[in-house]
Amino acid sequence: DEEYQDVPNVITWQAGKMDSLVLVKRSIRVRFYVAEPTLYTVKAVLILDNDGERLYAKYYDDTYPTVKEQKAFEKNIFNKTHRTDSEIALLEGLTVVYKSNIDLYFYVIGSSHENELMLMSVLNCLFDSLSQMLRKNVERRALLENMEGLFLAVDEIVDGGVILESDPQQVVYRVALRGDDVPLTEQTVSQVLQSAKEQIKWSLLR
Amino acid sequence: MIKKFDKKDEESGSGSNPFQHLEKSAVLQEARIFNETPINPRRCLHILTKIIYLLNQGEHFGTTEATEAFFAMTRLFQSNDQTLRRMCYLTIKEMANISEDVIIVTSSLTKDMTGKEDVYRGPAIRALCRITDTTMLQAIERYMKQAIVDKVPSVSSSALVSSLHMVKMSYDVVKRWVNEAQEAASSDNIMVQYHALGLLYHLRKNDRLAVTKMLNKFTKSGLKSPFAYCMLIRIASKLLEETEGGHDSPLFDFIESCLRNKHEMVVYEAASAIVHMPNCTARELAPAVSVLQLFCSSPKAALRYAAVRTLNKVAMKHPSAVTACNLDLENLITDSNRSIATLAITTLLKTGSESSVDRLMKQISSFVSEISDEFKVVVVQAISALCQKYPRKHSVMMNFLSNMLRDDGGFEYKRAIVDCIISIIEENPESKETGLAHLCEFIEDCEHTVLATKILHLLGKEGPRTPSPSKYIRFIFNRVVLESEAVRAAAVSALAKFGAQNDDLLPSVLVLMQRCMMDSDDEVRDRATFYMNVLQQKQKALNAAYIFNGLSVSVPGLEKSLHQYTLEPSEKPFDMKTVPLATAVITEQKTEIAPVATSKLPEKLAPSRQDIYQEQLAAIPEFQGLGPLFKSSEPVQLTEAETEYVVRCIKHTFSNHMVFQFDCTNTLNDQLLQKVVVQMEPSEAYEVARYVPAPSLPYSQPGSCYSLVRLPDDDPTAVSCTFSCTMKYLVRDCDPNTGEPDDDGYDDEYVLEDLEVTVADHIQKVLKPNFGAAWEEVGDEFEKEETFALSSVRTLEEAVSNIVSFLGMQPCERSDKVPENKNSHVLFLAGVFRGGHDVLLRARLALADGVTMQVTVRSSEETAVDVILASVG
Repeated sequence: DEEYQDVPNVITWQAGKMDSLVLVKRSIRVRFYVAEPTLYTVKAVLILDNDGERLYAKYYDDTYPTVKEQKAFEKNIFNKTHRTDSEIALLEGLTVVYKSNIDLYFYVIGSSHENELMLMSVLNCLFDSLSQMLRKNVERRALLENMEGLFLAVDEIVDGGVILESDPQQVVYRVALRGDDVPLTEQTVSQVLQSAKEQIKWSLLR
Repeated sequence: MIKKFDKKDEESGSGSNPFQHLEKSAVLQEARIFNETPINPRRCLHILTKIIYLLNQGEHFGTTEATEAFFAMTRLFQSNDQTLRRMCYLTIKEMANISEDVIIVTSSLTKDMTGKEDVYRGPAIRALCRITDTTMLQAIERYMKQAIVDKVPSVSSSALVSSLHMVKMSYDVVKRWVNEAQEAASSDNIMVQYHALGLLYHLRKNDRLAVTKMLNKFTKSGLKSPFAYCMLIRIASKLLEETEGGHDSPLFDFIESCLRNKHEMVVYEAASAIVHMPNCTARELAPAVSVLQLFCSSPKAALRYAAVRTLNKVAMKHPSAVTACNLDLENLITDSNRSIATLAITTLLKTGSESSVDRLMKQISSFVSEISDEFKVVVVQAISALCQKYPRKHSVMMNFLSNMLRDDGGFEYKRAIVDCIISIIEENPESKETGLAHLCEFIEDCEHTVLATKILHLLGKEGPRTPSPSKYIRFIFNRVVLESEAVRAAAVSALAKFGAQNDDLLPSVLVLMQRCMMDSDDEVRDRATFYMNVLQQKQKALNAAYIFNGLSVSVPGLEKSLHQYTLEPSEKPFDMKTVPLATAVITEQKTEIAPVATSKLPEKLAPSRQDIYQEQLAAIPEFQGLGPLFKSSEPVQLTEAETEYVVRCIKHTFSNHMVFQFDCTNTLNDQLLQKVVVQMEPSEAYEVARYVPAPSLPYSQPGSCYSLVRLPDDDPTAVSCTFSCTMKYLVRDCDPNTGEPDDDGYDDEYVLEDLEVTVADHIQKVLKPNFGAAWEEVGDEFEKEETFALSSVRTLEEAVSNIVSFLGMQPCERSDKVPENKNSHVLFLAGVFRGGHDVLLRARLALADGVTMQVTVRSSEETAVDVILASVG
């Protein structure tokens, strides 16, 4: 990490004869990296299938400006992560948090100086929201059949790199897929309670 | 049309991707049904999904087709289907940059953002701000202000985040919403609070006072949102850094108190902020380290990773602070996440004792092939550091590194290993032969030209001085046969060095050179022909000057001088002594292992700092005819920090003159200074020839004035002098706001600190890669020797560093590094004295009560020898 370079002491001598010299040691202040206070936390959200093919990719800044660079990065990321189940890695100088389920690979990418737990909260929110929306069938087929749900969910979770929402219940509520998509019988009891609670809350607020 | 959402399809069990073979043109064709009445929400939804899918895959849409689809989509606003409407918003956002005239949806979006459907309002605001410019933003300003303070969190958040995006473009408009943002910051909703804080900070970040007030307010009142706490911690630590506030500041207390927050995210952010603070004491670090220690045993991989990565950083500065965590780190060595395991090991390598090194190294080698290049580089860096700490372990490390060198890996990784091996060789003479052997093996199959040439250069430098130099010839000559031009040329140069150093190898080297003279590449042929002819003369001095030590001039400077010479042809031959010397950082003798740079390949030859000064001074008419600039010193501060005027001086040495450049800054906003000069009173026979004033110094705009001093002709050994300096100028008071000065001014002066000129200002560092050859080349015509007793110096290291910095000469052959437990040492220094004569110095040091030093100086000119001996004694 570049921010911890050792800085040599600068030795300055006062003029005159050598024996009478005084050694003046002065250490240079190192510019330490302080994470710039900003809301822009997420650099990209990716979902790949088990061949490493892009199912969804949203890049929020210019780290990888062209499609070619993005695909190369996705290939690299997939190669480094698909065999291990280890949740977090440092790749190409970026922090990558990830999670896989059956044939899907979810990735949230941020700067290496970013708070890893913040990135994790985005990943968990995305996964849990989809899990609810897909009635726990978090797999490629189900996802492809509900791409609009995915698009809307990511739009509710991250906006232009800023974490917009981290609570999956809120995301699912806001995506508001038509009622007939999620038959009541298949909702879990807690979901019903939650959505009832939400509805009461909103009707009160209105 | 493919009905991909059909139930039947679902049961058919095919794993194929329904979007896989989508054709953009076919999808755009389908989009025509947007115009049908009545709207079929389901079908339209599918088509919008396909369009967004294609955009998401990186498909390119032309402006015309995008605009067409966009306009067709606008019709869908007539439908009241919720999902369809939401997909319209998304399409607007995705197409905002590729379609034309997207602003036509402004009124529809404005309607939705202020409408009754809460589900529409947030997304509508975000879509609207995506297509809005500064002028239009003013039109919707009223709605934005209302939305920011809306009771529905999703509306408020959307408005705040969209405002943040708009700050870059329309700062002046958005800053008017500060009161609304302030109100939103006290919201009960955690995300709204976070977004409001973020927006407030972005609006106020250039106003330190406002940021301080904001921090005070929120740190006192407390926040609900862990995200907002993280933001607050970052703001606080940035402010601490900027103000260089002590750690007794309330801001530090706040960050420390966050270590006890109930959210791990906040606790970690606080610990990380403390660890990253400069000049933290061990006591201040301790609480942060202990929370990180707890995180090491968390079941969450991300938290363990974050903790060990941060501890690794602590270990670089304060290894002892991390020792308490050694047990926890040991447990992480077997972590299933290899990144965590690697970080744990490298941290342990920094904190552990010499005895644990072997065990840790064994553990790393068991999984090094499984980790990413980034972490391999981290491992190599840790090994590098370790080699410096425990030089006796170099054989274990060398073995390990050579194994790593054989594995697959990218350029950065290989370069890190090669750099590490080279530094081990330089630090430990006894490891030289093994190290060179590993590197020889590596270049047999090395795809990186930069590394191959670097290693060949090293072989040329070190190989001839090993007990059996002949064994390297084969490896080098193989390169001439097999590699690209750049590598072949480097191999030829390396071969020549063997021929020059070892008489018994000379005949064979000449035969090989002959062969190289038939190379297909010009550069390789030229080098071979040149070396062939030099070697055939069999003269030590020629070998030293043209094979071992090469040119020490600045390449841009040489180019300029030659160009100048061709413009004004003269009878006199071109004189190399008139070319400025190279002052680029001499890396070969570095005592510290540079951290592996993450940057690109070696950058192009940029003009050095001195080349830039040369250009600037040449542009000043008063300094014409001074000849080439010989040396520019580092800036010397002549004022204390934070005084009315800030002045620093750069000393430029020419062959018979010195130019003092005073960079002055006026920090008073109610004064304009004019005709600024720095008057200098020399203590010796130096004569101030000329002052070049800075015409005007407005508030905070730096300006330079100069003094030209003639060096004493009659006594060339008078190299040191002290100048008392006074800055003199005309003050005109002015209005701090407008900068408008009064008509009248008055003269004033300001006393600066004394300025010293020392022997180092007259000597330029030059690296002689082969000092022995250079010593012979200069010869003993003007050799002088004297012995001194350095009574105040207690160790050899201290004596060496004193001499080096006092004389400003370049240590050669790594002789600035004193081996441990020795009581005698020889230091070799090389430089060029003003006027262009080489000066070499050999100092034999012996440690008794103090340090006794026998100095031998050689030069091609007598004055230089006298000057050096006179200034040391």
